[in-house]
Amino acid sequence: MPEPLRLKGIPASAGYAEGPLFNLDPVVARYRSKATAADERLALETAIGTATGRLAKLIQATEGDAAEILEFQLAMLEDDALTGPAFAAIAAGQPADAAWGQALDAEIVGYETSDQDYFRARAADMRDIRDQVLRALTEDSDPAAPAGAIFYGEDIAPTRFLETDWSAGGGIALKAGSAASHVAMLARSRGVPMIVGLGAVGLGASPADLAGVALLDAEHGGIVLGPTRAEVEAFRQSSSCFAARRNIAETFLARPAVTKAGTAVRVQVNIADPSDVNGIDVSTCDGVGLMRTEFLFGKTLPDEETQYRAYRKVLEWAGDKPVTIRTVDAGGDKPVPGFTVEEGNPFLGLRGIRLSLARPEVFRVQIRALLRAALHGNLKVMFPMVAVRDEYQRAAALFAEEQAALAARGVAQKMPPLGIMVEVPSVAIAPEAFAEVAFFSIGSNDLTQYVMAAARDNASVAHLNSIRNPAVLRLIASVAAFGRAQEIPVSLCGDAGGDPAAIPALIEAGLRDLSVVPAQLAMAKAAIADVSI
Amino acid sequence: MSAAAEATVLITHEVGLHARPSVKFTKLAKTFSAEVEVALAANGPWFDAKSIVKVMAAKAPKGTVLHIRAKGDGAGEAVGALVELVRRDFDEGVDHARTA
Repeated sequence: MPEPLRLKGIPASAGYAEGPLFNLDPVVARYRSKATAADERLALETAIGTATGRLAKLIQATEGDAAEILEFQLAMLEDDALTGPAFAAIAAGQPADAAWGQALDAEIVGYETSDQDYFRARAADMRDIRDQVLRALTEDSDPAAPAGAIFYGEDIAPTRFLETDWSAGGGIALKAGSAASHVAMLARSRGVPMIVGLGAVGLGASPADLAGVALLDAEHGGIVLGPTRAEVEAFRQSSSCFAARRNIAETFLARPAVTKAGTAVRVQVNIADPSDVNGIDVSTCDGVGLMRTEFLFGKTLPDEETQYRAYRKVLEWAGDKPVTIRTVDAGGDKPVPGFTVEEGNPFLGLRGIRLSLARPEVFRVQIRALLRAALHGNLKVMFPMVAVRDEYQRAAALFAEEQAALAARGVAQKMPPLGIMVEVPSVAIAPEAFAEVAFFSIGSNDLTQYVMAAARDNASVAHLNSIRNPAVLRLIASVAAFGRAQEIPVSLCGDAGGDPAAIPALIEAGLRDLSVVPAQLAMAKAAIADVSI
Repeated sequence: MSAAAEATVLITHEVGLHARPSVKFTKLAKTFSAEVEVALAANGPWFDAKSIVKVMAAKAPKGTVLHIRAKGDGAGEAVGALVELVRRDFDEGVDHARTA
């Protein structure tokens, strides 16, 4: 018996699947050439018709962003300007598959070489269009995926995902792919387990390599091909345990979070990209406890308008619920080219508010965008990595200056409440220096790593990096007590907020306001309901 | 009929004359029998406004001044309607704003 093959990947949609692998990467589909050019032409017309019909059917069964992608693909496929060159090549003696492939590849190159992100991203749609027709052309040699199969390959097209019947189980394991892709979004909303980033080597390529049953663990991010009997048993246990947890958690999602003793706890969500809110029902959370803004600072420094639109989108989604936006927290483990500086010890260096104050020309752009966006909802703004009172005061002064400048130009704006993150121990130990701030938000990841002197990206000291260490919990409790005494709201927005094992200790420490990643919302509420305070 | 019309309009949509907007644009253009073309400069090159392949190939980003011209039956109405669509930001609220 061959050894089990195990690969690690990144979870993109949590869940478990057990089944045969289905190879997504075509074992170059074989097209049988026809006798005459007229037959070739007919074959391509039929294949385009089949692909068009499938798209139209998919559009009816789809909503939102996914439907819009499909409508774009359909409009492309119905355009003679796209199909014309292929038919011309057939008239010149080419077989239908080569004619179509070459015509589409010529279009795809145009998109791939664009200097604009939006157009480059459309290359994936064009490849999808190309492959849908190629698939229709070679249909009889293209095996259908068995029910409950785990789709394995380089990447998966949205249309392929949407036309698959997932009711019999199954999942997706990709060598490349991204947890931010449209397919990943769809997979999360439909509860289809998915992992990405397995790497190019993968499990092998030949049908013999991929034979046998595979276990997909999309909760932790791994896949096993040809597992041992013990592995199968352990897997099934984790799988049913996950399903049970999820089922119980789902019943808590729609209700406000309350402990056994009736103590109400606010549960907000942490988001990074504005599109993160698309899949969240706003009624299931108490607002956005942390919106990161680093994503905007990916390759280039974003202009005011781009930032304004991003903030406004989330504010409008939240309605009258609060949205706490954190000013850019670059540096540390989040470098931004052209903004952050290279340092020997970046976690203790020029990051967060320190960097923003050192680069006021960049900071002022973000401040203006926030002041303008504040009109569109219940905005709160917080500064990351504050260590001393002077930093808060200087940042607040920049807000006041920019507000006055906007007002002088007749631009509508509003000053949001300004608060700080509690993640540098100096603030947690002596919060009384910050009695003037509008609110505190405890960043438990950084607070823990600084209190324990254990870098959070270093696996060899991971055992030290625990929020449940009494020293960390005592600091959290003392900040919560200070907040109560001074009537300054205190919340927590680190990973611990969504960790069922840490939640009882956080509530015991006096916190009544947690912010968690959206995928943990239900589980966090379920864990809160189990606390007897 | 030899009616002809021409106009320019500034693209303010965040992603330019991109996937969703170009679907709407070409669908609207097709409702007119006049020959309709677009260009990114007054002296061309001109693209068929009823072909999404051609309109996308123009790669018009936000901030582009789009030139629209039409010939034939209803040329004036066609140009007017298309200019209006661009001016209304393709009827997309900020909800559709996407960030890369």
